[in-house]
Amino acid sequence: MRRLADFLLPLAVAAFLLGAWEAAVAHWQVPAYVLPAPSAIARAFADNFGSLMEALASTLAVTLEAFVAACVLGIATATAFSQSRLLERTLYPYAVILQVTPVVAIAPLILIWVGFERINLALVIIATIVAFFPILAGATLGLKSADFNLIDLTRLYGASRLQTLWRIRLPNALPYLLSGMKTAGGLALIGAVVAEFVAGSGTATGLAWRIVESGNRLEIATLFAALALLALTGVMIFAALSFLEWWLLRRWHESAISAS
Amino acid sequence: MIALSGIAKRFPNGVQALNDLSFTVGRGEFVSLLGPSGCGKSTALRLAAGLLTPDAGTVTCADGKPQIGFVFQDHTLMPWADAMTNARLPLDLKRVPREQADACAVAALARVGLAGFERAYPRELSGGMKMRVSIARALAAQPQLLLLDEPFAALDEITRNTLGDDLLKLWREDGLTVLFVTHSVSESSYLSQRVLVMTSRPGRITADIALASGRDSRLSPVTIEAQRFISGALNTAIAA
Ligand SMILES: Nc1ncnc2c1ncn2[C@@H]1O[C@H](COP(=O)(O)OP(=O)(O)OP(=O)(O)O)[C@@H](O)[C@H]1O
Ligand SMILES: [Mg+2]
Repeated sequence: MRRLADFLLPLAVAAFLLGAWEAAVAHWQVPAYVLPAPSAIARAFADNFGSLMEALASTLAVTLEAFVAACVLGIATATAFSQSRLLERTLYPYAVILQVTPVVAIAPLILIWVGFERINLALVIIATIVAFFPILAGATLGLKSADFNLIDLTRLYGASRLQTLWRIRLPNALPYLLSGMKTAGGLALIGAVVAEFVAGSGTATGLAWRIVESGNRLEIATLFAALALLALTGVMIFAALSFLEWWLLRRWHESAISAS
Repeated sequence: MIALSGIAKRFPNGVQALNDLSFTVGRGEFVSLLGPSGCGKSTALRLAAGLLTPDAGTVTCADGKPQIGFVFQDHTLMPWADAMTNARLPLDLKRVPREQADACAVAALARVGLAGFERAYPRELSGGMKMRVSIARALAAQPQLLLLDEPFAALDEITRNTLGDDLLKLWREDGLTVLFVTHSVSESSYLSQRVLVMTSRPGRITADIALASGRDSRLSPVTIEAQRFISGALNTAIAA
């Protein structure tokens, strides 16, 4: 019952807002190039369905590849940090620099270096940089915050570093890592969109490019359709990662238990 | 079994936890280490287990390094694993084959009265049950020397008494050697054969009290008499 309400209430709000929007546009006769009515957006969506889906597939591919790359790199780096304090102290500042430098500022450089003939690789690299840090930060914290007594216990039984990592540190890091992944999923999408914006005309074929193009042609209804699709994609990524988090932690972690 | 002699330990922050601490625990003995809070009992136990290295003095084991079972003050279980997997941890770390490890873990859980809870996660268990899993884990690797750091301190009196009796039973059945850290005079007077009394920090042993036999209940006159004697020694130790 609660879950049904969780679902229906936001839906009712959406229906109400869309209705009000439609009525307001009709009542004040707002021009379509300023604010199209929801019905016009729906029509634009249906008319451009094929090309929008292609654009979505392109953006989604970049996002997912970047997300996976960020996960692999983030977990690997954090694991290396957990094994060597020296390594962590040496390299962590650079990870921070990468994080605080606005990606829009480095994107042109990456595009030039990688080359426009390999545009997809460039987009993935840019999005990976954006998504990398929360995973590194989450995994690092999780690997380091394992119970010292538990670590001592493994020493009593002559455990190797690898055993301690595998049996204690990694499982302990899971909640932190998953929380970082939830943030990173959204950031990978943002990174993909930013990268497409920077890459500009003729090269990128994703949703962001459709938005720029529709704006230039004053096809505001199509712009809104692409925007809605982008928002929906973001929500789906978040939902999928939230589900993964709940599923992996449901037996033992407080966060997942209070939610079920 | 194990002998500590002339141990000194100072922490990096300048706290001198132990100074000239010496004691021995013989094979098959049940010895309590009793002292006021902060006197260095946990530090002494960690030194005995080899988890800390002393600044001075030696820790020696008469016949090779024994397998040690360690029970912490809190349960220290892995929250992501069920009781069975927790109890099996020492065997997994020693790369005992899965089936054999499973059998040992099940047996260890049964011995601490947790048969049927193999698949329960720590959060599904009560405080006393978690402590039992922790003891089962220490027993699973069949230790010769069992070190316990105030294992029942966080429990209510009824559970504490039951677990104390269970511990005595395990000690008798297995011929274990037990070093039991506690700050409870009544616990030490009933459970152990010998009580080592520590001074306040920096800790060292001021009294080594062998207890008379015949303490078969917590309220028997011999136990009460032992309590009186230990209390006296503890008061002297704190005043000194
Ligand atoms: N890792 C550490 N770093 C610095 N000081 C420490 C550390 N561990 C313990 N100490 C200090 O050493 C002293 C002895 O600590 P210890 O934990 O051995 O006491 P204890 O007898 O077990 O006390 P309690 O009965 O309260 O558990 C304390 O003053 C404590 O502050
Ligand atoms: Mg202590």
